[in-house]
Amino acid sequence: MDRDGVIYTETIVHAAPEQYAADAPYQLAIIELDGGGRITARMLNRAQIGERVTFVEERVGVAYYRTL
Amino acid sequence: MRSVAVVGIGKTPFGALTGRDLRSLAVEAVENALHDATVAPEQVEAFYLGNFAGPSFVGQNHLAPYVGMAAGFEGIPCTRVEDACASSGSAFFHAWQSVAAGIYDVVVAAGVEKMTSQPTPRVAEILAGAGDMSGEGRAGATFPALFAMIARRHMHQYGTTREQLAAVAVKNHANGAKNPLAHMRKVITIEQALAGKPVAEPLTVYDCSLISDGAAAVVIVPLEQAARYRSRCAKVLAVVQTSDHVALDRKADITLFPAVKAAGEKAYKIAGLSPKQIDLAELHDCFTIAEIVASEDLGFAAKGQGGPLAASGATSICGSIPINTSGGLKAKGHPVGATGVGQICDVVMQLRGDAGERQVPKHTIGLAQNLGGSGATCVVTILEAA
Repeated sequence: MDRDGVIYTETIVHAAPEQYAADAPYQLAIIELDGGGRITARMLNRAQIGERVTFVEERVGVAYYRTL
Repeated sequence: MRSVAVVGIGKTPFGALTGRDLRSLAVEAVENALHDATVAPEQVEAFYLGNFAGPSFVGQNHLAPYVGMAAGFEGIPCTRVEDACASSGSAFFHAWQSVAAGIYDVVVAAGVEKMTSQPTPRVAEILAGAGDMSGEGRAGATFPALFAMIARRHMHQYGTTREQLAAVAVKNHANGAKNPLAHMRKVITIEQALAGKPVAEPLTVYDCSLISDGAAAVVIVPLEQAARYRSRCAKVLAVVQTSDHVALDRKADITLFPAVKAAGEKAYKIAGLSPKQIDLAELHDCFTIAEIVASEDLGFAAKGQGGPLAASGATSICGSIPINTSGGLKAKGHPVGATGVGQICDVVMQLRGDAGERQVPKHTIGLAQNLGGSGATCVVTILEAA
C-alpha cells in the first residue's frame, strides 16, 4: 500500500495540548511513505526510526499506524 | 542603501510577571530604549511591534497603535508583525529596511508577549498554531514534540547524545544566573538536566525554553546620525530574513534549518565576514537541540558536530565562540514575540561592554539568530561595535 512506510523520526508526547490531554502519553511519528512524501501520524504501538509501519485508519483527519 | 545603527536598547525583566499586562510591558521596554538613546517619543517616525499571539493569550488585537499611542507615538505608522517566535526579529528587519532605504530617520522596533495568564496546556495549544494545523498540529504535535523529532533524527544521523543536549541547558542556566533580567536565575547540574520530567522524548523540561512574559525594544537611526544620540552604538552590518515550509514533514532533512543556513550565508556575505570572525552569538535555543542545530547551520561547528561543540565548553562565556551569554531562551525566558529584539538588545549590550558578569573579553562583532516555528522564518542579524 502507498500509505505504508518507514519511521523517519518519532517522539512520545507527555505534555499534550489541551484537546489531546486525555491521550497522553502518545507516540507521534513522521513516516516516509512508500508512495512518496511524508506524513505526521499517530502510532497505535511503539516504533523506532527505521521500522516499517502500516496504515490502520484515519480518524478526524489524523492517520493512525502500527508496526508490521 | 544607508548604514543603520542601534542607538538605544530597552527591556523589561522576563518572567511570570503577575499583575503586569501586555501594554504596560511593551511601553516600559520602549521607554527604556528611548531613554537609552536620548530620543523623545515625538521624534519617532515609525513603530514596528513584533507579537505572536496577543489575541489568543490576552484577547487583544490591533496591538501596534494600542501600544504606540500609550508610548507617545501619536499619528505615526504603527505596524504589528507576526512571524511566530521570529515576530520581533521580523519587526527589526522591517524597521531596518525603512531606515536603510531612507524613508525614516528614527524608528523603534519592539516585541512583546504576555503568556503566563493562560494554563500550560492552553499555551501549548496556542504555540502549536505556529506549525501546520491541517497536518502535524491536528495529529497532536506540540512544539516540544516537533523539536523532539528533530532531536531524535539528529541523534540517529550524527550520534548526538542526551548529555550533549543537557550541556546546552547547563551552560545557559549558568549564564542566566548572572543576568538580572532573566526569568530563571538558577544554576543546574548535568544530572538534574538528565533526570528532568519528560515533555516529548527525548526532551525533558530542562531542554525546553520557558513560558514567559516580557518585552524588548530598540531605537535605530542612520549610522551617520548616530553620534547625535550616543557615543557608543552598534552598526548593523547585515540583517537577513528567510522563509521555508511551515510543516516539519515537508522538509527533506530535518537535522538542519535551510532558512537558517540561507540567512547566515547571505548575512556573512553582506558583512564580508566568516563564522570565525564572530565574537559572540545569541542563538534561538527554544529547545536545546535548536541551539545545536543553529550552531551547525551558522558555521560554528561542522554538520553533526554541534553536540560535541556544546559539550566541549567552547560556547561558554570564556570559550572560543560564546553562545547565549544572556542565558538564552532556556534561562532568560522566551516571551515569544519579544525574543528577536531581546536577542539584539543582548548582543548590543555585549558590544558596548555593558554585560557585567557576563561580559565576553572580545566583543567587536556579534550575531543574533531568531527562528520562527520549526524553521519557517529566520532572521539573522550581524552587529559591530561602533
